[in-house]
Amino acid sequence: MDFLKFFNRGSGTSKNVAKERLKLVLVHDRTNCSPRFLEMVKGDIIKVISDYMEIDEEGLDIKLTKTRKGSNNSNISALVANIPIKKMKERSL
Amino acid sequence: MGEVIVITSGKGGVGKTTATANIGTGLAELGYKVVVVDADIGLRNLDVVMGLENRIVYDIVDIVKNVCRLKQGLIKDKRYSELYLLPAAQTKDKSAVTIEQMQKLTLELKENFDYVLIDCPAGIEQGFKNAIAGADRAIVVTTPEISAVRDADRIIGLLEASEIRNPILIINRIRIDMVKRGDMMDIDDMIDILAIDLLGVIPDDEAIVISANKGEPVVANQTALAGQAFKNITRRIIGENVPFINMESEEGFMSKLKKIFGLAK
Repeated sequence: MDFLKFFNRGSGTSKNVAKERLKLVLVHDRTNCSPRFLEMVKGDIIKVISDYMEIDEEGLDIKLTKTRKGSNNSNISALVANIPIKKMKERSL
Repeated sequence: MGEVIVITSGKGGVGKTTATANIGTGLAELGYKVVVVDADIGLRNLDVVMGLENRIVYDIVDIVKNVCRLKQGLIKDKRYSELYLLPAAQTKDKSAVTIEQMQKLTLELKENFDYVLIDCPAGIEQGFKNAIAGADRAIVVTTPEISAVRDADRIIGLLEASEIRNPILIINRIRIDMVKRGDMMDIDDMIDILAIDLLGVIPDDEAIVISANKGEPVVANQTALAGQAFKNITRRIIGENVPFINMESEEGFMSKLKKIFGLAK
């Protein structure tokens, strides 16, 4: 019984694989935004931010978060970007 | 004035027709006046699940086109005198009925019945739009499969866009043994992902197939787990508070199973 529980807690169960895949696909279904579109957004964000700071493009993570019910019971999604900064650029005013 | 409830899912084969037949029968058993409407024009099936296929004379298309009167088209159930079926047409297609005709029909039906249950076709096209046209509430049926949950999510979005707020969820064909070993999404997972309220859970039960074979809804079966589950769903629809039991609690497998479907205290 205990080893069953041990496996249940693991994230490699097929149920957890299904959940993760489902969450990801629903984010794109709900916002009508393809992964390709997100890549374009990512490219533009890098372009804009690079004017102000040096960023780690490899470590950049941008995604749409899970949709939640808002205060008025409507669906909201959020764009979350995690952008590691290497250093600020010197800017003359 | 009665209430029109559409039973929908997006994906085919998840149990819409079975749910419609059983909820309809369950409500009739509680003494309500009920009509179940098969909106799946061209793929008629509610009649065979209810065992009424030999009594059909007219169908939904005949009624909306005024070939016959509403009362002539309704088929009385074998067991319950206050339960009626309005069958789909089998030889026509989904465009045989318009949204306006469907709204008019459901309005007329709810003047005469306590509950009007609409069995929606699979898909999101004309047939779906017709089926939801006159609905006050919606029940979304899904199974613990990634494809069915994805389609349910899409349907929930479309229902909300059509001003049918707060649909409620039936999770069909759950297998506790698979959930326990982590090979099937559990109830909480699906509620969390779809962000909607739960109406009930139906176990994967042989009795469903057997009762469909015979044309007798499983809700009439006193011993089947699925029958009990449909009874609980019916009671929740009329507003009774039938509690859900937490699946994660530590107890024996059978007692847990019984608790989930409301057989034990």
